[in-house]
Amino acid sequence: MSTEVISSGMIGESAVTPGMKARFLGSRALIYGALLLWAFICLFPLYWTVTTSFKQAVNVTQGHLIPWVDFQPDWKGWRSLGLSPDTIGTTSTVRDEFVKRFTNSVITSVCASLLAIVIGSLAAYGLTRFKYRFAWMRNDDISFFFLSQLILPPVVLALPFLVLYKELNLLDSRIGLILLYALMVLPIVIWIMRDQFKSIPIELEEAALVDGLSVWGAFFQIVLPIALPGMVAAFVLSLVLCWNEYFFAALLTSTDAKTLPVMVASQTGSQGINWWSMAALSTAAIAPLVIIGVVLERYIIQGMTAGAVK
Amino acid sequence: MALEVVTDDIPAARRNAGKLIIGLGSLLLVAAFAMQILYKSGATPLGYDTWRVVLYAYVVWGAALGIGQVLMRGEAGWRALFILPAVLFTVAMVIFPTLFGFYIAMTDWNLSSFSGRKFNGLDNFWQMLADPYYRNALVNMIYYVLAVLVEYVVAFGLALLLNAQIRARKFFRVVFLLPLMLSPVAVSWMIGKSLMEYRFGPAAKLARWLGWDTPAFFATPEIARLSIMFLDAWTFIPFMMIMLLAGLQALPKDVMEAAHVDGATPWQAFWGVTFPLMLPVSITAVILRIIFKLKLADIVINVTSGGPGGATDTVTSFIFREYRDRSNVGYGTMLAMVYLILIIIFITLLLKFVSRWTRDVN
Repeated sequence: MSTEVISSGMIGESAVTPGMKARFLGSRALIYGALLLWAFICLFPLYWTVTTSFKQAVNVTQGHLIPWVDFQPDWKGWRSLGLSPDTIGTTSTVRDEFVKRFTNSVITSVCASLLAIVIGSLAAYGLTRFKYRFAWMRNDDISFFFLSQLILPPVVLALPFLVLYKELNLLDSRIGLILLYALMVLPIVIWIMRDQFKSIPIELEEAALVDGLSVWGAFFQIVLPIALPGMVAAFVLSLVLCWNEYFFAALLTSTDAKTLPVMVASQTGSQGINWWSMAALSTAAIAPLVIIGVVLERYIIQGMTAGAVK
Repeated sequence: MALEVVTDDIPAARRNAGKLIIGLGSLLLVAAFAMQILYKSGATPLGYDTWRVVLYAYVVWGAALGIGQVLMRGEAGWRALFILPAVLFTVAMVIFPTLFGFYIAMTDWNLSSFSGRKFNGLDNFWQMLADPYYRNALVNMIYYVLAVLVEYVVAFGLALLLNAQIRARKFFRVVFLLPLMLSPVAVSWMIGKSLMEYRFGPAAKLARWLGWDTPAFFATPEIARLSIMFLDAWTFIPFMMIMLLAGLQALPKDVMEAAHVDGATPWQAFWGVTFPLMLPVSITAVILRIIFKLKLADIVINVTSGGPGGATDTVTSFIFREYRDRSNVGYGTMLAMVYLILIIIFITLLLKFVSRWTRDVN
């Protein structure tokens, strides 16, 4: 697969003989074939989930795939969530539950990302611009201290936090989750923002300091506007990670602060699987992220590649 | 690259004020802590039912520390303020709980029993050494980590595809990125429980059509583990792909052209030029991926719960069930702490090995 890829660009420039042309077309076909195959692999599960939410039981068990051809779409899945057109006006306990979990997810992921961005950006800026010395630790050691948190598996913190949160009365509270999620994404934010600040010429701040601004003034008025794209990238990436987080939420929340992934997971076990409603629920749970992924793809890629390529 | 060091002349009075504020903050923190300890042990009636007051005292102490820094050290204090919130936050959220975790790990503590916690030293550790399920989970982690290499090959291939001269590159990039956006829990259901359903899931149908009569993806140990690997790879391949793509796009064009002019076949050009130049990015991507892989749990918990017979168990999912099914906090924490130490050793060795290896290339 890989050989054709490299050749494609180069042969294109010198394609003259029919033989080369045939080879060129062949490699094109291979490339697009591979691209389409993988696109299918990526998209089919999404397609399957979305269509299943409109299926009746018989359509699921017979494996019907194409709406209007194989099966008649029906609002069954969405009705069971209280989100179909005919039930949207009525009261529905399932919908209330769903809306509550959805709100919890939004609040926790947005607040956690904001918190991580604020303290992470400040720390990243300090680490790229000033020399610190704390006991034996220099800047590099402090950076390593932050980034090494990435290695820490959630399970190490999970049980101590369970006990600590119980004592602090933070169990099953959104604040408790927000603090943990912020901690979880903090190394990633610092990683991205350090890269971002390094790319800003230091002369800008030196000029600002000469003009009489304090370091904080220079940071807010000069540096922050330039670093904004990086902050958006870090924010979007944090948002995705927090939205999808399941492990801590499953352990530390029960009734009040339960998030959407926990709700999705808890549906699978009970009373056999309710295909259409599970599909509708999954669709609703992933829809925000699919939209974010499509619209803000540029920022996500920027965030993921920060520091990877020098 | 750093802004030059500035030293202010701080008057003694201001310095003392700073010391005073930090002192008062510390005093408050210690007082709150002492009050709670005395209250909880029943020595005094003064105190609160929850420890939250200590948390508030910690925040106040942090603020006092910040103000004190500015008063005592002037400009240098203002600079310290940048890093102070992150440090205090991390210390409170990681260092303290981890130390606390080491203590819990040495107790016999079952939340569902009424006897409460008892210090039992290294008993949990000896129990762990004799626990075949934990060892099994660790061995599984080795398989899971090895699967990263296969993911890397696929991701590299996809990155090369996206880097080729193709139309609709943006479309393909967005589509290839999508699986990474999805929550593992939703993926567990969408693919693990629905697409791979034995009777009528499309994946099972496809497998039957291809000649596999009993496409039970989660029934036998080896196949179940392989299925989990596929699920996890599906979500995380885009992560490596994007990093590798960025690396490919940053490759110097003239070197590639020189290889072509010299008459190298595409195969030679790849192994002689592209791959060596991509080594640093590749290593970064693989190591980050391994770090994420070591946390693998959500999919396992939701699709197989570690079964059949622990074949798909990861350390995290095993500890999760140890807590959820048996409320065994002390033992579970010991397992987690040992896992942490193993990971730190493994990653350190890996980084050492890799740094020696990349130095020849650069």
